[in-house]
Amino acid sequence: MSRAQRSLLGLVLLIAALPTMLAAAPEPGSSAARHSAPVRLPSGDFAIANATVAIGDGSAPIPGGSVLVRGGKIVAAGTGIAIPPGVPVIDGTGKWVTPGLVIAMTDLGLLDVGDVDESNDSAAGTARFNAALDVSVAIDPDAPAIAISRASGITRAGVAPSAANAIFAGQGAVIDLAETGPTAPRPRAFQVVELGERGAELAGGSRVAAQALLRNALREARELDRKMVSSKALAADPRMAEAGPGQASDGLLTRFDAAALIPVVAGRQALFVHVERAADIRAVLALKAEFPALRFVIVGAAEGWRVASELAAARVPVLAGGLADLPDRFELLAATQSNVGRMTAAGVKVGLGGFFDGDQPRHAAQFAGNLVGLARVPGATGLTWGQALAAITSIPADILGESASFGSLRTGLSGDLALWDGDPLEVSSAPITIFIDGMEQSLVSHQSRLRKRYRRPQEGSLPKAYE
Amino acid sequence: MIHFFRSLAFRSPTLKTLAVLGLFAPATHGMAAPKAGTAPVWQENPYPSTYKPYPGEPVAIVGATVFDGTGAEIPGGVVLVREGKVVAVGDAKLAVPEGYRSIDGKDKYVTPGVIDIHSHLGVYASPGVPAHADGNEATAPTTPEVWAEHSVWPQDPGFSRALTNGGVTAMQILPGSANLIGGRSVVLKNVYARTVQGMKFPGAPYGMKMACGENPKRVYGDRNQMPSTRMGNMAVDRQTWIKAAEYRKKRAGGNLDERDLANDTLADVLDGKILVQNHCYRADEMAQVIDMAKEFGYKVTAFHHAVEAYKIGDLLRENGICSAIWADWWGFKMEAFDGIPENAALLADAGACVIIHSDDANGIQRLNQEAANARAAGKRMGIIIPDGQVISWITLNPARALGVDQQTGSLAPGKMGDMVLWNANPLSVYARPEKVWVDGALLFDSADPARRPVSDFELGLPGEGDVK
Repeated sequence: MSRAQRSLLGLVLLIAALPTMLAAAPEPGSSAARHSAPVRLPSGDFAIANATVAIGDGSAPIPGGSVLVRGGKIVAAGTGIAIPPGVPVIDGTGKWVTPGLVIAMTDLGLLDVGDVDESNDSAAGTARFNAALDVSVAIDPDAPAIAISRASGITRAGVAPSAANAIFAGQGAVIDLAETGPTAPRPRAFQVVELGERGAELAGGSRVAAQALLRNALREARELDRKMVSSKALAADPRMAEAGPGQASDGLLTRFDAAALIPVVAGRQALFVHVERAADIRAVLALKAEFPALRFVIVGAAEGWRVASELAAARVPVLAGGLADLPDRFELLAATQSNVGRMTAAGVKVGLGGFFDGDQPRHAAQFAGNLVGLARVPGATGLTWGQALAAITSIPADILGESASFGSLRTGLSGDLALWDGDPLEVSSAPITIFIDGMEQSLVSHQSRLRKRYRRPQEGSLPKAYE
Repeated sequence: MIHFFRSLAFRSPTLKTLAVLGLFAPATHGMAAPKAGTAPVWQENPYPSTYKPYPGEPVAIVGATVFDGTGAEIPGGVVLVREGKVVAVGDAKLAVPEGYRSIDGKDKYVTPGVIDIHSHLGVYASPGVPAHADGNEATAPTTPEVWAEHSVWPQDPGFSRALTNGGVTAMQILPGSANLIGGRSVVLKNVYARTVQGMKFPGAPYGMKMACGENPKRVYGDRNQMPSTRMGNMAVDRQTWIKAAEYRKKRAGGNLDERDLANDTLADVLDGKILVQNHCYRADEMAQVIDMAKEFGYKVTAFHHAVEAYKIGDLLRENGICSAIWADWWGFKMEAFDGIPENAALLADAGACVIIHSDDANGIQRLNQEAANARAAGKRMGIIIPDGQVISWITLNPARALGVDQQTGSLAPGKMGDMVLWNANPLSVYARPEKVWVDGALLFDSADPARRPVSDFELGLPGEGDVK
């Protein structure tokens, strides 16, 4: 694949988003019931003992630690944990335990193969709607990338649409990667909008147009909200509310799109804004003056380090690309791998995001490890090991509004764990066992089946198709 | 002025004008039985390398773990480089002669300079605006007449990232894969210069880019033009080789009426002077290409992006063809659907040649990590590959497949002083180049901002000179 092709695809896909709480909180007991397939460890009760335990909250890993999971939830993690009799114990000697990885911006479940358009639901270039698009209705837990990502340690993800016909891409969802699904995604977790170079293109040719489009759209949403016959039940998805009298007659948005933006303008749904350059980030932060309830998450933010103090002061979190260090577009001129470290040091909440195309979610741990290595380079700013793990676990979970549900080994959170054969951020390490909600997961994928078939390339007594 | 004369010389390339201009070395083609004044003659090397090594002080790295590129690992080793060349590599017993600056290599690692056999730096330069898209002459399905060096922008900021983060000291710049035959590649030293000629690897043979599979048939099929199928791909290739063979025969006999740039390149491939670098994902297509190469008497040096190479490791070994691959790219297109992280390890297990490549301005900064990743996938299925051999996947093996292994790719006495000092084992995600030498010249030092290259493009713009 040529660089040009990849860049183009990356441009189309690199959007990002992340939500923070939504009105409709995830239903607490919903996950336990959906696991009906047989699992290797029954009932979500087990312990891992004598492993290096990394909590995922930014703290340093704990040698000789244990994790206790009961009823699919974390009971305790660390040292000095009493494991009740009868709970199956996995020996973690020489191994590491982390929370399952959380990647906030992915296209998991929206496509089977990148360039196969027929089954690719990540973008809709000629669709009638944009902000109203809700990816949760199309997520396929059987998409091959889900099994492959799960085998690399990812247990939860934000699934984001890509903008293709308007600056608004639509509404992203939060999923788990359990094999024992089908899992009900948490729908409409965030809205995605493009306001950088891509947004300019989609808006008609300039950032000026993109900003005008955004302002008008939010204004229309606010107006519609005032006039609409709504109810508490419809607050999470006002698209389905009936129109009231006197709806704006000069609307540029369809009613469905305008209604979808009501939770955004009201601050109930996070707005994931893809911008990269410093000036664009400032322009986004300035929108708060007109729309004070907006809850931004900046996605991309390659030049975020240049406005880190402003991001920190505005308490706006970031999902950053991580290793971008090339001026691949003019909006990326000051890109550096130190971006995440510098923003983090300035007090910005930064998770790693933007895992699309060649940078698939399964590479997240490698990206995090690079930021640790960077800390040893003179003049660079990296992360501590604990911070780096947090950037792919608890921080993205928090940005997705899920910090009370998953993302670390804190007591009470979902029993999402990865048991690794070594340092999880090392390229040479891989998960041995994955648990989601305390249930052991299959690591079988299209890739693992091929690996087995071709352990020896030659045919045996029958063609490969019989192996 | 020179450009003017040069273009004139190409239009009327007689020995007389060439000699008068004094611009060219003696011609070697078209001389067998020239009909006076009619047979075309030309230069083998009209855009010669003007690369000159920069000065460097004699350096001794003492006490580092040395991966010499051949597969060997020397704990507590000593490496001596002087006047641009490797002088000696040995264990702790190797004495450091006088006059060398001694660098403490304790807890550090030395490798040869990393070599990327598949890069588009310069031809798809950053920023990736359409004005910089110079890698695919996608106006005809075969364009053997184009040369990548005529597209390379030597100010691509990507060269600096490859050096400072990736320890890359040489690379092959290839045309893209829109075409079945994309044109000539160029091998560069990763040393910024004002001209492309100033970066060209002295003495490196040319490569020729070919591509099978989805890209050519999509690009031309979308225009309702041949090829639109895989069988169309093969037919166009074969027809092209038939004509090239005719041309070659005439050329060898001194019977050409007219020069043809495209056939010059193809005939040089048939003569074994130009190495075929063939983009090909699927195992079945690689097997077709191997037969096509036999049909027309040329050799494929390496299959690039060979994500399914693991299915035919035996065939690749028997035919002496390297697989230049990513560690684990998967799923971005149909022909990449069967990619597996164990590809490299399975190939190594089958005794086939493995090269880890990037095809990417980001990936080129982490070829060491890609190699480590690929090795680890093998280990998990019981294929154990030593560190030293893994390092050869990004050093000596690509040097061989570029035809420059006599000059670089390993730390052997007399070879170019292309070398990286890593702050940790380069097969760890935490390792970074600390110092990089090219031909014995220190061109990156992480502790010295004055030894960090900044391309013209970045001057005066945000981020100039930053640690990237």
